[in-house]
Amino acid sequence: MQVPLPIVRIRGVSKSYQRGSQILPVLQNINFDIAEGEFMALMGPSGSGKSTLLNLIAGIDKADSGSITIGATDIMDLSETELAAWRSTSIGFIFQFYNLIPVLNARENVELPLLLTGLSRKERREHAEMALQAVNLADRMDHYPSELSGGQQQRVAIARAVVTDPLMLVADEPTGDLDRVSARDILDLMCRLNAELGKTIIMVTHDPRAAERAHIIRNLDKGELNNVPDQAPF
Amino acid sequence: MFLIKLLFRNAFRHKLRTALTVLGITIAILAFGLLRTVVSAWYAGVEASSASRLVTRNAISLVFLLPSSYREKIGQIDGVKTVSWGNWFGGIYIDEKNFFPNFAVDPMTYLDLYPEYLLTPDEKKAFVHDRKACVVGSLTARKYGWKLGDTVTLKGTIFPGNWDFVVRGIYRGRDKGTDESQFFFNWEYLNESIKKTSPQRAEQIGFFIVGIKNPDRTAEVAEAIDRSFKNSITETLTETEKAFQMGFVSMTEAIVIAIQLVSFVVIIIIMAVVANTMAMSARERTGEYVVFKTLGFGSYHLVGLIFGESFVITLTGCILGILATFPAAKAFGDAMSTFLPVFFVSPRTIYLDILASIIVATSAAIIPALRVTHIRVAEGLRKIA
Repeated sequence: MQVPLPIVRIRGVSKSYQRGSQILPVLQNINFDIAEGEFMALMGPSGSGKSTLLNLIAGIDKADSGSITIGATDIMDLSETELAAWRSTSIGFIFQFYNLIPVLNARENVELPLLLTGLSRKERREHAEMALQAVNLADRMDHYPSELSGGQQQRVAIARAVVTDPLMLVADEPTGDLDRVSARDILDLMCRLNAELGKTIIMVTHDPRAAERAHIIRNLDKGELNNVPDQAPF
Repeated sequence: MFLIKLLFRNAFRHKLRTALTVLGITIAILAFGLLRTVVSAWYAGVEASSASRLVTRNAISLVFLLPSSYREKIGQIDGVKTVSWGNWFGGIYIDEKNFFPNFAVDPMTYLDLYPEYLLTPDEKKAFVHDRKACVVGSLTARKYGWKLGDTVTLKGTIFPGNWDFVVRGIYRGRDKGTDESQFFFNWEYLNESIKKTSPQRAEQIGFFIVGIKNPDRTAEVAEAIDRSFKNSITETLTETEKAFQMGFVSMTEAIVIAIQLVSFVVIIIIMAVVANTMAMSARERTGEYVVFKTLGFGSYHLVGLIFGESFVITLTGCILGILATFPAAKAFGDAMSTFLPVFFVSPRTIYLDILASIIVATSAAIIPALRVTHIRVAEGLRKIA
């Protein structure tokens, strides 16, 4: 049986925040891999550093030490500008509160990340429409976020996350603001993206039922990662 | 195109707030435009002055006159092409409030020196040959409903009595800045009448208008004229027409400076209003800017959005303000035609309106734009989570 290649390699990552004169360690010596096509849930109590770890993997925050390699790129070596460019092509974001732009309709919201690509207007439109069809929102393309339910808004956000065909999707409490039925639909959709399109997904969640849908569950507690199998040296 | 659409939608997201801000800018630009037009109108006489005309008057004061014999002497000075002359008449039409400038002039030479007063050849001929003829600017003629052939009676203040004139010409200005409110009549008519009533006041001239051959020699010719009458009983002061007109404006310069200051204060106030609107908008959208940054948009995209929005709001107000300035200036000009006969919105005022709007839009966007560039994505996401 072929072992999937790791798409994420994290070695010796530590992160602390300064609050006034106090230094608060958030993550300490984190090591783990995520294989391509994996669906991983990251759990832990509030303040355990889940979102911080997700932000480091997604390249929106910088670790104090260690290395983070996504695909073939060591993102610790990238400048802020390079990181922004890298994020636009490599990472799809799904937020707890959807974070759609209220003055743009569903299609325009999905089209937004494509502005950073070299696609023509027509191609951008086509891609956005395909992504919305993939999340079963073809009939809501011209609707504004305020005209959509929470579950529909989150599906638009997922379409926005996948439209650039990124290396992986990162989701921070994607079902945290949804009712049970909508949450289930969103998790179904994420599983489908993982199974059918092979998208690697890292999901931060408090909800054990959501975490159960992932292939792997990791627990963070007081900045340390539990139940991690031994990692090969880099 | 997409981002332009987005910044337009952002600009009008809070319709009431944007509408009130645009209204504020419109009023500010209208006020600024009107005040600048008042300032321009104040200097209209100076602006309309010709570089090839000199004005010679009594060195002591304009109220003292010069002997008419000076005209021959001035005409003989090297560099002088034409000499004309005139007197401030100071006549009143029916009532004192009906003010318009009225002068006794030498028709032939005066019209020769002022080609900007457009008359038909017949009107010119009638003015020259009819002693009781007068020529009046179209603004004044329109105001009082005078037509060619009408008899107009002015009550003399400096030269007592009722003076009858026949309207033989109604001039139009060649240029937009030409004063169309003046009233001219034949100096000989005045002089002959005075000879009969108060002979000691006859053959006296208020000012000479001197046309010179080469405008580059104004200083030299002016000096030569004054030198000719040095140590005489009536010494002269010769200056360019511009300097002569400027002398009148200088008397009221404090008012002009006050108007200019107020016009700038208006712009500073509206700058603060727009800056407040932009700061509120940017603060409300911090979450969205964080999302943009998360998706990979650079700070320059966000700075562009903020500046774009500021420009959309400000330039909308500016365009409306400029459009409103024209009818407002027309109404204001009509109401103030007695004091400010040349009142029109000049291209320079429009350019200043646009420049002021650009400065307002730029200044208002600077601080929100700087704040956005300093937003750290991770911190921003924590705030909106």
